[in-house]
Amino acid sequence: MDKEAGKKAIVEFLQKKSKSKSKFYLKDFYEVLPNEKVRDVKNLVNEMVKDETLEYWSSGSTTLIGLKGTGKQAGAEDEA
Amino acid sequence: MAKHATPLLDQLESGPWPSFVSDIKQEAASRAKNVKGVDYQVPADACDDVLGIMELSYVHKRTHWKHGGIVGVFGYGGGVIGRYCDQPEMFPGVAHFHTIRVNQPGGKFYSTAYLNQLCDLWELRGSGLTNMHGSTGDIVFIGTTTPQLEEFFYELTHKIGQDLGGSGSNLRTPSDCIGEARCEYACYDTQALCYAMTQDYQDELHRPAFPYKFKFKFDGCPNCCVASIARSDMSFIGTWRDDIRIDQEAVKAYIGGEFKPNAGAHAGRDWGKFDIQKEVIDLCPTKCMWMDGGKLVIDNRECTRCMHCINVMPRALRIGEDKGLSILVGAKAPILDGAQMGSLLVPFIKVEEPYDEIKEVIENIWDWWMEEGKNRERLGELIKRQGFQKMLEVTGIDPMPQHVQEPRHNPYIFWREDEVPGGWQRDIKEFRKYHQR
Ligand code: SF4
Ligand code: SF4
Repeated sequence: MDKEAGKKAIVEFLQKKSKSKSKFYLKDFYEVLPNEKVRDVKNLVNEMVKDETLEYWSSGSTTLIGLKGTGKQAGAEDEA
Repeated sequence: MAKHATPLLDQLESGPWPSFVSDIKQEAASRAKNVKGVDYQVPADACDDVLGIMELSYVHKRTHWKHGGIVGVFGYGGGVIGRYCDQPEMFPGVAHFHTIRVNQPGGKFYSTAYLNQLCDLWELRGSGLTNMHGSTGDIVFIGTTTPQLEEFFYELTHKIGQDLGGSGSNLRTPSDCIGEARCEYACYDTQALCYAMTQDYQDELHRPAFPYKFKFKFDGCPNCCVASIARSDMSFIGTWRDDIRIDQEAVKAYIGGEFKPNAGAHAGRDWGKFDIQKEVIDLCPTKCMWMDGGKLVIDNRECTRCMHCINVMPRALRIGEDKGLSILVGAKAPILDGAQMGSLLVPFIKVEEPYDEIKEVIENIWDWWMEEGKNRERLGELIKRQGFQKMLEVTGIDPMPQHVQEPRHNPYIFWREDEVPGGWQRDIKEFRKYHQR
């Protein structure tokens, strides 16, 4: 897959949604790139966490993913 | 003198059982004294503030912990669970109070030196409170601050040689029974398989890839000491294909009272003379045992390997010699849809390194679940929603009698059109020759 295009599509999707929602399930990312294999999308999302574009949020039982530093959690948790 | 008065919590100490409240108080007192002169990296009064905030929750009848958070260590998507309290001014010691899950050693074997190392690290960089072990099996360290996470992780991995466990939508820390290390019932080396799977699936363990949590558990025999059949999405339960080995002399010795049944485990009370008919034969779930002129006979074709007779008379009965494991899928605790036990998928598979056959089953299931599973849907729920038959299709396993618990109920296997000669189309004229309208 074209990684750069994939990353761009993911960031655009998150920015577009950022007013209403800041965190998403991994599965929501599969829908952003419907023509890619889910394993590839998973790897891309994890890579974007590594390069600090995205970040994980976890309740302990489930994991959600969003743009780094967005959402009310970031401020409320006093996390830099 | 305690920092906060906790009259409600104190009541929890009044019963006959050990109390977590007493444990936390003990740790709070020990941190206040600090005999070893530890340079505490999280507030020394964290344990006092845990007690304070819990007391407040009992007064308000609502929690003062916020749900989840963004903490983690670099490169890991699990193992750390962010916890923040919503009364940080009142209880600054627990403003951050993150949980860390640490991968437990195989079979939960520790040396005391190792345990001391773990505890010392947690005294220094955490609250000192532990949960040994969480229901998944992890060592759970409760309560640290965000700046301590990386420090803790570095020392855990570099000095103690241990890794974080799983949390969130990951493979959870695989867990195994003590197995061949100490137990004569073990049908395979649980620790070898558990370790291999932990190493092979590091990515799944540390980087969220799944719709929800996924648990592996490895039990050496159907006694299921790590409760794999009840708690894990995929359970690996030791079993055997040939016959239970019988030592007729030892059977006689049990009947004659020379050997204590259950290796003396229930000797705290006088249960009367051992009665093999009542205590073993009549309790066999498949009724496949009987006495024939002073000899115990087992119809092994009917035996479900429930372990009961072997547990009662371990010196007389032993597991067979052709050993392997069964794979069951779909167990879960009752968050959605109620509790579910595992369903048998693979009745018998040999356990041989490098475990390729086992891994093939695992990976086929993951591919299906990652593709089809809804958010927060456990494997057991997906199997119910799409059907056991669908899972057999994706794993390439043929339906077999062992899959059926009760005919016409579990599971219900339908013919597919391409399996039926002529498909679903019928010659209506031919049909009408035999059947009136
Ligand atoms: S599950 Fe079986 S093999 Fe493992 S420790 Fe328990 S009794 Fe022994
Ligand atoms: S293992 Fe269970 S099913 Fe098999 S013979 Fe013993 S009691 Fe019966």
